[in-house]
Amino acid sequence: MKELEIRGSQNYVPVEIEDYPTSGWDKFTQVVKRTLKGELFVGLWVVFREMVKFDIHTLQYPEEVLPVSPRYRAVHKLLLLLESGSERCIGCGLCEKICIADCIRMDTKVDENSRKEVTEYSINLGRCIFCGYCAEVCPELAIVHGPRYENVSEQRAHFALKDDMLTPIDMLKAQKEYPGFGALSPNADELVKKTPLAY
Amino acid sequence: MELDVFIIQTLINVLIILGVFSALAGFTTYLERKVLAFMQRRLGPMYVGPYGLLQVLADGIKLFTKEDIVPTNSIQTVFKLAPVILPASAFIAFAGVPFLPDMEIFGVTFQPLIVDSNAGILFVLGMMAVGMFSPLLAGLSSGNKWSLLGGARTAIQLLSFEVITGLSVLAPLMLVGSLSLIDINNYQIENGWLIWQQPIAFFLFLIAGYAETNRTPFDLLEHEAEVVSGYATEYSGMRWGLFFIGEYVNMYIVAFLTVLIFFGGFGEGTFVDGLLYLAKVFFFIFLFLWTRAAWPHLRPDQLMWLTWKVLMPLAVVNIVITGLVVMF
Repeated sequence: MKELEIRGSQNYVPVEIEDYPTSGWDKFTQVVKRTLKGELFVGLWVVFREMVKFDIHTLQYPEEVLPVSPRYRAVHKLLLLLESGSERCIGCGLCEKICIADCIRMDTKVDENSRKEVTEYSINLGRCIFCGYCAEVCPELAIVHGPRYENVSEQRAHFALKDDMLTPIDMLKAQKEYPGFGALSPNADELVKKTPLAY
Repeated sequence: MELDVFIIQTLINVLIILGVFSALAGFTTYLERKVLAFMQRRLGPMYVGPYGLLQVLADGIKLFTKEDIVPTNSIQTVFKLAPVILPASAFIAFAGVPFLPDMEIFGVTFQPLIVDSNAGILFVLGMMAVGMFSPLLAGLSSGNKWSLLGGARTAIQLLSFEVITGLSVLAPLMLVGSLSLIDINNYQIENGWLIWQQPIAFFLFLIAGYAETNRTPFDLLEHEAEVVSGYATEYSGMRWGLFFIGEYVNMYIVAFLTVLIFFGGFGEGTFVDGLLYLAKVFFFIFLFLWTRAAWPHLRPDQLMWLTWKVLMPLAVVNIVITGLVVMF
């Protein structure tokens, strides 16, 4: 049997594998040993214990959802300025330019305050590959990826228009700042084992 | 008893058995899904009705309204008839099984047993063995190679495990000296449960019962990982549903027989005894589901090896020893 080297204080248990029987007598004794060892009943006990413990891991999906990581790139959101409630987008067109799937289209005009205003903004979600370049290139953090990954539509080319993505003005208080690429999931602590130094 | 009373009573019994046990078969599918789910830390069906209780109904509607497909290359008559054999033989077998002790309702003694035959156990086991023709014929007539393999495995299982069933029951029958299930039950009132006298026969009978109902350690007939769905590959809709009902009714027969032969049956037939009888039966139904969650399948060659090289010699030795004990 090969010895497994165990480093540190982790509780790894190496699986014991005995040599395969070669002679007929060895095979016979193996059968007798396995028959009388009661391993079958160990199996029965394990499943019964789990049933009694009732430690259910089912997530009842439409009612319960797992929190999505901030790194997740789903349908885009257009954010507002928290102070004034005006749009962050300055209509620079960088996102439209960088989009490698060529799915962003925007129309802009110069408004009465001689600021650039975005009149139309749409993303063809049927073409979008959710690469995240648009969010990365945006100088104003105006377009970010949201957590909405459930999309249903009647046609393959499903469009997100400006009104769908823009934070409604009455929801301004609820608008969350994008935590940035590489941010941890909200439930990261539950998912990750502590580093050994923390023990 | 007058003839018309006899006919009416028998008809009522037949209807009760058909109604109760087809409903129970449906409910057992729900029970099975739930128990398997809990043992695997899942929830099982949850959406149809409270805790998924109406799932059975939804499945039933689905089975009844699904398109009935008969493949072009199949042998049509046999293909259409094969699924009827399994539930029919299972329900006929139930004619010989007392599923409750005698009851008195409105002053009339009511025997929940259709035929109190003096060869009851032979009748029940024989009828159950007829049921194995259903997968066999289905497999041969489907015109599909997976079905053919499933059918061939049925033949293996039929040949192997009929022997074990017969031989394992023989030893307790030698002690009792009668083939009637009622006599077997009454013998155990005086002499204690037969499992204490015949533990080996009990294990052999249980193993053979699992094989006959093609339940998990021996469900080679429809091993989905190996032969898609075995004999049932080409079946859809209610024809497939009939196989399903047959399988679950057979499970109940094996559970009832095990309790009757080895666990004292319904004893003296009081109300408490009746409840205990049903509790014992449901324990064995639970055991069917339990083993399904815990144990892996056997290969066909392992099944043959187990039967002919281990179980049959054990059964024969058991019979010889019992015979010697009875003789001296």
